[in-house]
Amino acid sequence: MDQQILNAIFIGSIYALFAVGYTLVFGVLDILNLAHSAVFMLGAAVAYSLVVNHGMSFWFACVLAIALSGFMGLVIEHVCLRPLRRRQAPPIAALISTIGLALIIVASIEQGQAGSFFSWLWRDGPNSVAFPSNTVPDPTWHFAGLTLEAVKVAIIPISIVLMLVLGYVMRYTQVGRGLRAVAENPRAARLMGLDVDRMISLTLVISSALGGLAGILFGVALGDISPYIGRDNVEVRGLAVIVLGGMGSIPGAVFGGYLLGLIETLAVVVFNNGNASGGVAFAALFLMLVLRPQGFFGTRLRERI
Amino acid sequence: MDFFIQLFSDPIGFWNSHSLLISQIGINGMIAISMFLVLYSGQLSLAAPGFMAIGAYTAVLLELHLHTPFALDVVVAVALAAVVGFLVGLPVLRLRGVFLAIATIGFVEALRLGVILNVPITGEGLGLKNPYADPLGGINPILVSLAVTVFLAWRLTKGRLGSAWAAIRQDELAALSQGIHVARYKMVAFVISAALAAYAGALESHLQFFVDPGDAQYGVTRAVQVLTFAVLGGSGFVLGPVVGALIITLLPWIFQSAGAYINIVSGVFLIAVIVFRPQGIVGRGGLAIVRPAWWPRTRAHAPSPG
Repeated sequence: MDQQILNAIFIGSIYALFAVGYTLVFGVLDILNLAHSAVFMLGAAVAYSLVVNHGMSFWFACVLAIALSGFMGLVIEHVCLRPLRRRQAPPIAALISTIGLALIIVASIEQGQAGSFFSWLWRDGPNSVAFPSNTVPDPTWHFAGLTLEAVKVAIIPISIVLMLVLGYVMRYTQVGRGLRAVAENPRAARLMGLDVDRMISLTLVISSALGGLAGILFGVALGDISPYIGRDNVEVRGLAVIVLGGMGSIPGAVFGGYLLGLIETLAVVVFNNGNASGGVAFAALFLMLVLRPQGFFGTRLRERI
Repeated sequence: MDFFIQLFSDPIGFWNSHSLLISQIGINGMIAISMFLVLYSGQLSLAAPGFMAIGAYTAVLLELHLHTPFALDVVVAVALAAVVGFLVGLPVLRLRGVFLAIATIGFVEALRLGVILNVPITGEGLGLKNPYADPLGGINPILVSLAVTVFLAWRLTKGRLGSAWAAIRQDELAALSQGIHVARYKMVAFVISAALAAYAGALESHLQFFVDPGDAQYGVTRAVQVLTFAVLGGSGFVLGPVVGALIITLLPWIFQSAGAYINIVSGVFLIAVIVFRPQGIVGRGGLAIVRPAWWPRTRAHAPSPG
């Protein structure tokens, strides 16, 4: 049981890290960025590919993969969101354009086989792969009946430190104040001399870089990297996390991530069935929305989509 | 291109060799209208695959175990979905926008992962074999149903109900202050949409010998696809979602020459359509072409995020 709770905390950290990016974009733009799970997958896939196919060192590959994920944030903004903003399209249109981009990202990884056009990006097609065992030093300790794997344990402080840094930046720095101003009222922020477009680009870069990092951590810790990890593991769960915590709230996303990790782990223990755990998580999401739509940390409910 | 050449050079052969595809387009058209009805009343509900699953499983299980005629199965399935739609709608319809969308996704996935994949009678993850399926005979009833559905939806949007829905969509508070019973009209749209989705689901289950509980059939992937039908086609007019369903179902044939890169081309197509026609393919206005910032003679824009 203790081991299960440890697992819950560790998977919760990944959910939280993923959902923080999700909720950041929703908080600033009121738009669900459905390409976020594709960026999550891209981070893991590129890191793997750089290490295994291009022979880079793991740490350098991580830096490059996170940089690429951040760059994808710019792509999302310039391809999917900014043109629609210019045309004053309804927010629902942004759902479709980000879905389109997610489709492109997943398909380019999926088609990456040796000899194909995308072989520089990925060579394992739709297969699931794992980092070779010696890539990351992974000592295992046994402590008080618990099995502690260094890789999994390291995820927890990494996530917490990153989320604290993000919280500090949002709360106490000039950039954070700017982002919150844009979130509150883009028009007023613009009148106050803020470059709204630049702030939104920055939001997407931060969000996507965090998403890519979450992907790498997921790939390293769970040993499962495939074009579908984003869609199958975090896309809808990310939604559940940000709803549980309160849409647009960063502490809420962190809390929701750990809560969902705990709910799922407990459901596996109770029902002894992986599908049931998914069902329980979504039932919790449904109940949360019905009973307290603003989530645990949300303060107000936005009226419009 | 062979596909479209055959469509014009040999329509009868085309009809015979692609009847399953045509049936699928008809089914998707009906689901798209079900999505259209909720969107028209201003609700971003993604519950359609859940009700399709209810329709499909009810119809197939009745047929398998009670050997009732298929028409009766469909009626029962639709009635059940309407009741479930009402019960789900009671708590959920207080939510708006993205919150409603996520709550309905929660409903769809809780139903699929929690119920369908865990109850022995539905065959769990293995799916359900349906030996009574009739893949080729479904085409005529489906196309007739689609035509009737389009007509009824069009009449609905032109009548009293449609005006009320449009008023709610444009401004719920204003509609309320005009004496429109907002909660009731939203519920009517939601229940009709649920019943229609179940009807389409029941017909669809009769096209294949196997009911597949996969994500692409009754999960989020399908929900997103149905949303794409409606938004890409244009959700202001009845025909928009049907056109969207037609185009998206045919994308693999339209971009046949893309081969394995079909999804990349489809993604580019989606983004291009939505960027240049944010109101959808069917709708008023031309292409939305905005001068990019680096273009000479720029005007000052007032971007409004969100």
